[in-house]
Amino acid sequence: MFRNQYDTDVTTWSPQGRLFQVEYAMEAVKQGSACVGLRSRTHAVLAAANKAASELSSHQRKVFRVAEHAGVALAGLTADGRVLSRFLRSECINHSFVYESPLPVSRLALRLADKAQVCTQRSWKRPYGVGLLVAGLDETGAHLYYNCPSGNYFEYQAFAIGSRSQAAKTFLERRFEKYNDYTPEQLIKDALSAIKETLQGEKLTSSNCTVAIVGRKDDGTMEPFETIDAKRIQEIIDSMEAAEEAPTEPSAMQQEEEGTDAAAPMDI
Amino acid sequence: MAKFSPYENNGGTCVAVAGDGYCVVAADTRLSVGYSILTRDHSKICQLADKCILASSGFQGDIKALQKNLAAKELVYEHNHNKKMSCPAMAQLLSNTLYYKRFFPYYTFNVLGGLDSQGKGCVFTYDAVGSYERTGYSAQGTGAKLITPVLDNKLKSPNPLILPARDAVTPLSESEAVDLVKDVFASATERDIYTGDKLEIVVINSSGIHREYIELRKD
Repeated sequence: MFRNQYDTDVTTWSPQGRLFQVEYAMEAVKQGSACVGLRSRTHAVLAAANKAASELSSHQRKVFRVAEHAGVALAGLTADGRVLSRFLRSECINHSFVYESPLPVSRLALRLADKAQVCTQRSWKRPYGVGLLVAGLDETGAHLYYNCPSGNYFEYQAFAIGSRSQAAKTFLERRFEKYNDYTPEQLIKDALSAIKETLQGEKLTSSNCTVAIVGRKDDGTMEPFETIDAKRIQEIIDSMEAAEEAPTEPSAMQQEEEGTDAAAPMDI
Repeated sequence: MAKFSPYENNGGTCVAVAGDGYCVVAADTRLSVGYSILTRDHSKICQLADKCILASSGFQGDIKALQKNLAAKELVYEHNHNKKMSCPAMAQLLSNTLYYKRFFPYYTFNVLGGLDSQGKGCVFTYDAVGSYERTGYSAQGTGAKLITPVLDNKLKSPNPLILPARDAVTPLSESEAVDLVKDVFASATERDIYTGDKLEIVVINSSGIHREYIELRKD
């Protein structure tokens, strides 16, 4: 992208019908560290690659619980993300107060999108520089939405955002068709594998990723949105690596439905 | 033409007793208006946090609104501090919430019971506009005047003005406290028309929360 005379403020159209400030905001999302989300019929998983500003500092928080039934993972300007998380939490609390029931995930994504759109049509505002993966559970099952700074939002079976997310998207594109019937453990493993793709060779450990899950168990009870603790993540990572190293039989390879087969190594 | 009153007293009594490591919160389940009974099966008890229970009597509309308000504020606290509210924290929040409506009060008479951060039982008692005090036991509502003298007799709460400060905690064991609560409610039910039907007893201790129901006189 190059500087031009139509990108000074968000209320100026370009002759090609583009709003450059909004597109620049979406660039900010691509600079943030990666996040992935995926869902089955009953569960939704969010995972984020943790990036620390320096070795001395703590990791940026990228996964936020918004309500018992929903949470977000964000990429981009995390300060904007923090403010939006607070807004989403307040919307969920206000909805439950009036209707005594959880805010459906599609409506949550809609509220967020409407808020983002406002910032694309006011000369004194700027678009939010953060993309959010909104995951939640409601009456109609598990859902995953991607909200971008433009005010657009789409529902996804699986998606990845942030830097080097194309590697994760390629991984997910190959496997997403089976996700509706995946168990929660399979979803978590695939989420971790997708994050591993974005790390480009760096070792995946429980200290450089965060995983959260929400869903409805087989017996009908709800698993509230919760970040999985580091110890359990490390156990899952270890079991994934052990399965990779174990010699695989040809028949097992063909019928493989578990998320334990190694993704093609990226040489880039 | 009678002037419209925004308030109504739906009756009922709430009691709480704190001990070393437990807290008993109890309330009857009768909802009345005037000389009629609206329902025999309405809970006045609301769990606000892990170790914090609110029992309220008075105007049921305001009770419901107050409980919802506090539950929403507790959720905001959880989001900001990454933990559930402690009982003393909730006690202050309740006081502030009540005083916020000092000039159009919540018609609620509250008793907050739970465990404090050290695991000891605590009871906080309120008036309608938020004046509160931590005590070893308390009764509020239509049957309070009948119950409080009996609790005073059994639990001998030390005067908060004497020095050195004495613990506001009762000498009874958990089961003795529950039995005492059952007895005082049985007595209050005899003479207070607004108290009766069923007694809901909630006990909080280190192992969690336990609920039981006792039948009371239905007349």
